[in-house]
Formats: sequence, C-alpha cells, structure tokens
Amino acid sequence: MQFGIFTVGDVTTDPTTGRTPTDGERIDAITQIALKAEEVGLDVFATGQHHNPPFTVSSPTTHLGFIAAQTERLILSTATTLITTTDPVRIAEDYAVLQHVAKGRVDLMMGRGNTGPVYPWFGKDIRQGIPLAVENYHLLRRLWREEAVDWQGKFRTPLQGFTATPRPLDGTPPFVWHGSIRSTEIAEQAAYYGDGFFHNNIFWNMEHTAQMVALYRRRFEHYGHGAADQAIVGLGGQAFMAETEAQAKRVFRPYFDNAPVYGHGPSLEQFTHATPLTVGTPEMVIERTLGFADAVGDYQRQLFLMDHAGLPLPMVLEQLEILGREVVPVLRTQFEARRPAHVPSDPPTHASLVAAGPEAKHHLVAPAVPAAERAATRVSA
Amino acid sequence: MSRRIVVITAGLSQPSSTRLLADRIADAVTSQVSARGEAAQVEVIELRELAQDLATTMTTAGMPTPAVARARDAVSAADGVIAVTPVFTASYSGLFKMFLDVLDPDSMTGMPVIIAATAGTARHSLVLDHALRPVFTYLRAIVVPTGVFAATEDFGGGESDQLGRRVARAATELANLVVSESGSVAGFAPHATPQRRSGTAVHPEITDFESMLADLGQ
Repeated sequence: MQFGIFTVGDVTTDPTTGRTPTDGERIDAITQIALKAEEVGLDVFATGQHHNPPFTVSSPTTHLGFIAAQTERLILSTATTLITTTDPVRIAEDYAVLQHVAKGRVDLMMGRGNTGPVYPWFGKDIRQGIPLAVENYHLLRRLWREEAVDWQGKFRTPLQGFTATPRPLDGTPPFVWHGSIRSTEIAEQAAYYGDGFFHNNIFWNMEHTAQMVALYRRRFEHYGHGAADQAIVGLGGQAFMAETEAQAKRVFRPYFDNAPVYGHGPSLEQFTHATPLTVGTPEMVIERTLGFADAVGDYQRQLFLMDHAGLPLPMVLEQLEILGREVVPVLRTQFEARRPAHVPSDPPTHASLVAAGPEAKHHLVAPAVPAAERAATRVSA
Repeated sequence: MSRRIVVITAGLSQPSSTRLLADRIADAVTSQVSARGEAAQVEVIELRELAQDLATTMTTAGMPTPAVARARDAVSAADGVIAVTPVFTASYSGLFKMFLDVLDPDSMTGMPVIIAATAGTARHSLVLDHALRPVFTYLRAIVVPTGVFAATEDFGGGESDQLGRRVARAATELANLVVSESGSVAGFAPHATPQRRSGTAVHPEITDFESMLADLGQ
C-alpha cells in the first residue's frame, strides 16, 4: 500500500502571527515538504493545480520536475491535474517529459476542480465540465497510446496525423487516477478505463465517501477489470498530531478556525465528528485511518493533507516526521494484515505496468468490456 | 397505508404563532386524510432548532450536518408538506430560505404543499403568492390553490373565523392530492415518473460511460 501527502497549495496567512508567506516562500516550502516526505519513508507526494489566488500551484509539472531531481524513490503525482481547462495535448507532452526526467516515478490524478470563473480564462465553459472531462481524457489516452492521431471532437481543434512528443517512457503511459467528491460520472469514467479512483474524503462524511467508492467498485467489475474488491482505490485524509489530544487541539484550533474552506463555520469538534479530520495523538490517527478500510474496503493509496491553512513550515515538517516514523509503519502492517490475498496491495506503478507488457489492457485506449458482452463472448466461444 | 405529512415551520419565538398555525393546519390535514379512510403521520421540522446546523452546512461547501441530512430525508420521503414561515421584511424569513437552500433541487418534485405565513398585519398577505408560491414552483412542488395567511388579528377568533375556513379549505385540497393515486396504465402514453431525491445519498443511477463518449462522437 502506498502512503503519502497531498497539498492543495494554498497561500494562507498564519493566524497566530498574522504573517502571509510570499508565493516564492510557499513554493520553496512545498519543495521541502516533498523532500521530507521521501526522507521519512512516505511513498507519494501529490500537488494540486489551481489558477487563482489564494493558490500558488498553477504549473505542477515544473514543480514536480524540480522535486524529481532531488528525490530517488518518491512517486510524484498531482492532486489534481485539471482535465477540463488544460489542453490534453499539453498534458500529454508535459507529463511525458516529467515521466522521462523522473524515470517513471510519475502518475497523475484527473480532476475538474475549478470554480466557475476559471473556465473562461482558458476558453472553456463550466456548464460543459463533465463532457470536457470525458472528451479531453479520451483524447489524452489516445495521444499517449497512438503514434499518429487523427482526431475530431467538440472542444478543441481537430488533429491530423499528430504525434505527441516525447513518447511515454518505455512506451508505457503513466497510471491515472480520477478524483471526484460528488460526481458519479467521474467514478464511472475511472471504472470504464480501469483507472484508479481517488476520493479526497476530507470535506464529507465517511458514509458519502463509501457510497462513491462502492459505485466505482461495482462499475469496475461491470467493465471486466476484475472483482469489485480489486478495484484501485485511493483516499484522502487529514490529521494534526501531538503527544496529547488536548495539545493537538490547542495548537491546531486557530488554523482550523481560520482555514479558507471551513473556517468561521463549524467548530473543530463538529468537523472532526462529521468528517475524517483527526486532531489528536498518532494512535488516534492510526485508529481512524484503519477505519477507512472498514467503510470503503481494502484500498491501495492513502494521502494525507498536512500543510494547509497557514501552518508554518517547521510545524508541517514535524507533522511529517510523526506521520512517517510513527503512524505509517503501523498502518502498513495493519492494512496488510487485514487485506485478503486476492486484493492488490499497491496500485500499478511504472515498473509494474512495464512488466505487464505491451499487450496489457493498460495500453488500450478503451480497455473496458462490459460484463454482459463478456458473457455473450463466452457463450459463442 | 399511512401518509407522511412533514411540517416545516420557521417561527423563532416560543411559543410561536407560526408554530400554532402550523399545528392547526396539520390537525386539519390529519382530519381530512382520515376522512378519506387513510391514516396520517405528522412530523414537524422546527427550523429554529436547525439554525446552527443550517449555518454550518452553508459554510462547509454544502456538507450537511447529520441533523440537516435527517431533515432532508424526511422532506423527500413525505407524501405532503405544510410549509409555514413568519413574514420578515416583506418576504419569508431567512431561516426558512436557508432550509430550502440546503434541499436538493429535486427533493420536492411533484410534492403536494400547503404554503402558509404569519405576520403582524394583513398588509403582508400577498407574500404567499409573490414569495412562497414561486419558490415552491421552482422546486416543482404542487402548491394547493388556497394559501393560509394569518395576521395577528386572525388569531382573535370571532364569529366569522375566516382563518378556520381557509385552513379547512387548504387541508381539503392537500388531502385530495395526498391520497390520490397517480398511477396510469402502462404503455398507453409516455409517463414521466416524478423523481425525488434528498441529496443525502449518492444517486444510484448513472449514465453509462459508453453513451457519454458516444454523445461526444468518440
């Protein structure tokens, strides 16, 4: 199982000091956070993509390339890559370059993730959010898998005999996750392609997350990629830790109370009760996180949000120390202990996809075969 | 079969004249449903008790608190709704609107509804038709023709009891809708079954991905 962190890349004033980092300071801090993730034994670092303040992470491949140069093991991902407003031709090429410079330590998470005003800045229309995600991703798959692409669609200019360069490393496109909180269409999209499904799991109750994952698992099986419990699931999580629960709450409360998303709304206690946010001891975080698997089934990737809401860098690095050295080792053992043998532990990586060979389903543009069709094939054969 | 009547009441004081009016309408509806040979269960949603939950829901990107989720489920599962608000500044109260705003837009499709309001003066009586009726029409509810407006003076009683007659008329109209059968013989005409969802659960129906791709010509 993979463990890691994801950042949304917000630039937020530290409510305890009144100080706001500059964009440059925040970007440097995110780099140090990623390096610390590798140092303490985490597997994945993922960054968001946003094009409006208070965020500073508009160009994830630039940043991930810089981090790739300073790390050796860490898998670099996005959380998320905006498939709605980013030209799929650009995504195909930017991430292929990143894949080469990072020697395959790359996957990405697709998301729509934009507020309304962002779309027109890139010539798009938010009312077409889902169709954009569907068409653009399908084109992206073709660009990574076909040498010369003839293509015509609704949302971008046609392509004639177009070859995206560079070609993916070892002729093997990166593994892709689809992130969605509420849109069932995106869970369906992930299931159709046999890609991973990631639920950010930090703003909603576990019952909701469980329903979305269950839908994806059911459709994964429907499309013939394996049994429902073998589907590739990732979850977010959110924690702040200290030696005692009281101390964790005392330190984290001002950050929570002023956070851009939920600040000035519910109390810390209400929010920890309603969502997976855990503020307390490492043991509490371990227990809560293990409970995720009871709700959604045994899953393959757990990412934690640790660096938001204006938390100062030294505090985030300290949190990562606790996460990597005290929490994740226990989670690794416990999650594997409960996992049935037929359920994959890890999501596909570049190495596993290369090993699966060029005939593997991953290399097909549309790898789905609905269960009904498979049944019919079996009968006729 | 017992019919479920949900009362949404937005009175702020205790005791509140809005709640009094809501109870009076609920009793009349219960009587009218019973008169048609059916039982009625009444569940009251006091929005005053949900005030903090509604604010919390609003400020957390729409994530409902457990209490708000329960209320949403209750509304969507109802056979009829009685919605009563005090008049504030020539319209429904903000608390009343906050509750409507956390409902799923499809939560009241085809729902029989009585709209009612209380105010200090009869000059506000048209609030039913310029404020409440449009918002429920937007929600595709079926609002009965008789709205119930009660100014302070209406609670005075008196010989004529205009208010009692309005309540009885509205209750009759609602009961007729609540106990009516909406089924039609299958196959004779396209039938648009009203779909209601509370928005608290992930909708199980999904568009098949191949048809999503096909719609885009891929």
